[in-house]
Amino acid sequence: MLSAEALRHVFGEGGGQVVALDGVSFNLTPGQTLAIFGPNGAGKTTLLKVLAGLIRPREGVVRVAGGRRAIGWIGHQSQLYEHLTVRENLHFWASLYGVPAARRGPRAALVLERLGMADRADQPVWSLSRGLAQRAAIAKALIHDPSVLLLDEPFTGLDLAAAAELRVLLGELRGGDTGGRVVVLTTHNVDEGVELATDVAFQRHGRFVHFAPRGGRGSAEIAAAYRRAVTDG
Amino acid sequence: MGELWAQAWAVARKDLVLEFRTRTALLSTVVFTVLVLTVFNFGRDPTAVATIDLAPSVLWVTFTFAAMLALNRAFQLELENGALEGLLASPLSPRGLYLGKLLANLAFVGVVQAIGLPVFVLFFDVPVGHVWLPLIGVIALATIGFVAVGTLFSAMVIRTRFAELLLPVLLLPFLLLPLTYAVQATARLLANRPLSELSGWLKLLAAYDIVFLGLASLLFPHTVDE
Repeated sequence: MLSAEALRHVFGEGGGQVVALDGVSFNLTPGQTLAIFGPNGAGKTTLLKVLAGLIRPREGVVRVAGGRRAIGWIGHQSQLYEHLTVRENLHFWASLYGVPAARRGPRAALVLERLGMADRADQPVWSLSRGLAQRAAIAKALIHDPSVLLLDEPFTGLDLAAAAELRVLLGELRGGDTGGRVVVLTTHNVDEGVELATDVAFQRHGRFVHFAPRGGRGSAEIAAAYRRAVTDG
Repeated sequence: MGELWAQAWAVARKDLVLEFRTRTALLSTVVFTVLVLTVFNFGRDPTAVATIDLAPSVLWVTFTFAAMLALNRAFQLELENGALEGLLASPLSPRGLYLGKLLANLAFVGVVQAIGLPVFVLFFDVPVGHVWLPLIGVIALATIGFVAVGTLFSAMVIRTRFAELLLPVLLLPFLLLPLTYAVQATARLLANRPLSELSGWLKLLAAYDIVFLGLASLLFPHTVDE
C-alpha cells in the first residue's frame, strides 16, 4: 500500500550539500501505523514530503496504491484558508481530490461529525483555537477518505489536553471508512506517538537507525532505545 | 480536459470568495487606481500636451500598475497556513492551478478596470461613447497578455524574500510590447480613426496572448516545483 525504496535526497549542491535522506526503505500495509522519531534536522519532514509527492527524491522510489488521491497529508501548518469556513475549506479540498459535487456535503458532514466539529462547520478558520484548527486540518486530510495518512508533527503547539484528545482521535482514524489505513507520523517526542504506533523508526542524519515493530514495548522502553540509537549512536 | 477546468474553476472560485470576503486587496487596488488617475489629472499641463494625446498612455500606465498590485496578492493567499503545500500535494495539476489563478486574476483586474475606466473618462473627458465596445476589446486583449505573464511571475517570486519588489522588476520588461500595442490601439480609437487602422495592433496583441499563454502554462509547473 505504501512503500519506499532506497530513498536518498540532498539539499544544495557541491560542498554545501546537506543529506536529508540516506537509503530509507520500508513497506507498510493497511492497519500499520509507523511512528518516526528523530531530533530536529533528522530528515523526518523531508521524508514525509517525499512520500506526499512534494519533493522528488534524488534517488529511490515511492509507491502508493491509488497515487496522490490516496494520500491525506497534514504538514506543519493547517493548509486551511483563514477566511473560509471549515465547511467551505472541506468542499474546496474535496473538489481538488475529485469527490463528486453531490457527495461533498454528506462527506464533510460525516468527517466533521466524527471529529466532533459538526457545530463548528460554519465558523471561519481564523476563529478556531489551535486545537480545533488542528482537528479541522485533520478533517481536510480525511475529506477524500484517503488510504494513506501522513502526519508531520501533529502534536506541535497543542496543550496536553488537546494532544491527548488528538491521540485518541488518531487511534480511531486508523480504521478508515472502507478498511484499514496506513498512517505515518513524525514527532521528536517519543511519548507523543508511541501509543499509536504498530511500528517504530528512529531517524538520524537521514537514515533509519532503527526500524522494527513496536511489539509490546511501552514508551519508557522505546524512549530508552531511542536515546541509545539517536543520542549516543 | 473536463477535470482540468473543474480544478481551475475550484481554485478561481475559492480565490474570488476569499477576495470578496476580505476585500482588502480589491479596495486597495481600486483606491490606488483612482489616486493615480487623480495625480495624472492634476499633474499635467493641458495647454502643453493635448489630453487626447496623453490619455492612452495614462490609461495604460495606470492599468499596468494596478494589475501589478493585483498580481502580487495572487499567490500570497496560498502562503497562508501553508496552503500551497497542500495544493502541490493534491491531485491538482500545475496547469489547473495556473488556469485557476489566471481566471481569478482576470476577474480581479477586470473589476478594477471596470471602476477605473469611468474615472478615467471623467477626469480626461475623452470621447468613448461611440468606441466603448472596441475599447473594451482592446483592454480585454491586452489584459489577458498582462495577466498571463504576471500570473507566472507571481508564482515564481512568491517564495523569495522581496517578492513585491521582484515582481515588477521581472514583469515590466515583458509588458513593454503589449503596453505599446495597447497604447497605439487606444490612441487610434480615441482619435476616431477607422477600425481598420487598429487591426494590426489587435493582431499583435492577440499573438502576444497566444504565445505567452502557451509559454506560461508550459513553464508554470517548474515555478511551483520544490
